[in-house]
Amino acid sequence: MAPLAFLLVLVVVAAWLIAAYNGLIALKNQTLNAFKQIDVQLKRRHDLIPNLVNAVRGAMDFEKSTLEAVIQARNQAVKVNATGPEGIKQISRAENALSSALQRLMVVVEQYPQLRATGNIGQLQEELTSTENKVAFARQLYNDTATQYNTKQQQFPTSFVAGLAKAQPADLWEIEDQGEKAVPQVDLSLKPKT
Amino acid sequence: MSDEASLNLFQQQDANRRRTVVLVAGFVAFFAWLGFGGDYIYYLITRDAPRQAYHHAFPWFGIGLSLAAAAIAWYAYRTGPQKVLWSTGAREIVDPRTDKERQLVNVVEEMAIAAGVPRPRIWIVDDPDPNAFATGTDPLHSHIAVTQGVLDLCTRDELQGVVAHELGHVKNLDVRLMTMLAALVGAVALMHDGTSRVLRPGGGSSDERKPSPLVLILLVVWIVSWILAPIIAQLLALGVSRKREYLADAMSAQFTRNPLALASALQKIEGAEAPTTHIKRGAAHLCIADPLGRRLTSHEGLFADALATHPPMAKRIAILRGMGYAQLKQEKR
Repeated sequence: MAPLAFLLVLVVVAAWLIAAYNGLIALKNQTLNAFKQIDVQLKRRHDLIPNLVNAVRGAMDFEKSTLEAVIQARNQAVKVNATGPEGIKQISRAENALSSALQRLMVVVEQYPQLRATGNIGQLQEELTSTENKVAFARQLYNDTATQYNTKQQQFPTSFVAGLAKAQPADLWEIEDQGEKAVPQVDLSLKPKT
Repeated sequence: MSDEASLNLFQQQDANRRRTVVLVAGFVAFFAWLGFGGDYIYYLITRDAPRQAYHHAFPWFGIGLSLAAAAIAWYAYRTGPQKVLWSTGAREIVDPRTDKERQLVNVVEEMAIAAGVPRPRIWIVDDPDPNAFATGTDPLHSHIAVTQGVLDLCTRDELQGVVAHELGHVKNLDVRLMTMLAALVGAVALMHDGTSRVLRPGGGSSDERKPSPLVLILLVVWIVSWILAPIIAQLLALGVSRKREYLADAMSAQFTRNPLALASALQKIEGAEAPTTHIKRGAAHLCIADPLGRRLTSHEGLFADALATHPPMAKRIAILRGMGYAQLKQEKR
């Protein structure tokens, strides 16, 4: 009777080990895949920006600095090709800079009704909103998946298997840029800009 | 996504896979019962017939009907989504023409990224009443359809909420169960209509011998189950869809992080009085809001519980608002 009970316990433990290990591996791959998705969306955004800048350039001679900032941030972001644990931080810094440059550009476009009157800009605005959303949602999915993965590998009793599955805590994609964190200033005075 | 939510998702997917199997098995078993039951009754009737008369010994009806039911179920699985879309007269957006269509395509792409599923195919139903539904067999083969009314009435954020709700159905495999149900309910109704037309005139055979009470009872049960088949199928369709709507609302909030947008979209959908005429009863349980009018879903109670395909709108909106305010409170801190 005793050996049978022992065998039973062994089988249960083995089954749990396999399930926990496979669960961790599945989550790890999901996290990697979610990270690749961000890359895809960022690449898409890099490709879109030259078109956008060309479309507004003619009408925006007087806002050269804003456009320059966007182009520069874009080129900076394309250049970053880091890998490893530091990679995420570097990429996210460059991309966040690009995001805020784009946001400034959108605000500027809003201020020129003659720019918005041409139908092209409406479409471009939609495209840009969508692109920004896609990047944001890809980031959200990555963070959600990575959080789930991190929680799982730290939680008892899965934490025992974490070493076996070579699980490392995944870095979250954080918003570091102060400008993006801060609450935007809303001016309701309707005064014309000087 | 908290750990609990993801666990919930896997449980929901498993439950939906299981329920689809049970549904198909039940469908085939029901037809087997009709077939073999008929065989047995026929056998009992012809048992005492004279030697040279026909004796019903081999269960042809049972085998035939079971095979037919299996074939129908397989056919429904393969073509269910197309049939549902066809019944609503939806047209696919392959390459968007208007700004609104462009926006819809963009929003679906965004929400597919947020949900982590492949982009579904996108359809528009030319109906001024706002409504939306999803169909398909799994996330790789899925379709999202919205009415023109949704495009006209909703803002971008609200559209996002509605699309995310539908993608919630796709992700937790609700679409598989509900599409199968729609297809099988349709098949039962069609066959019932067809056979009752055949059975009615030729029913009474001029047999003067008295059948035994056992045969009579069997016959009565058998006929009653024929008559009840479409009603049972309809009730089944009503029962499965209500709880899912709350869950899909919650998933929408998780994907968009903006439950208030879906709440206001639901309010607009509720406010539109006209029924969605393009969506027939057979596909009603697939929709975000009951397309057959909103009277039954305005309150919760015994009557509404038994007959409505959807939970009360006011309750759904209240739950979403609760989520929204909790989120705001957390951000303030």
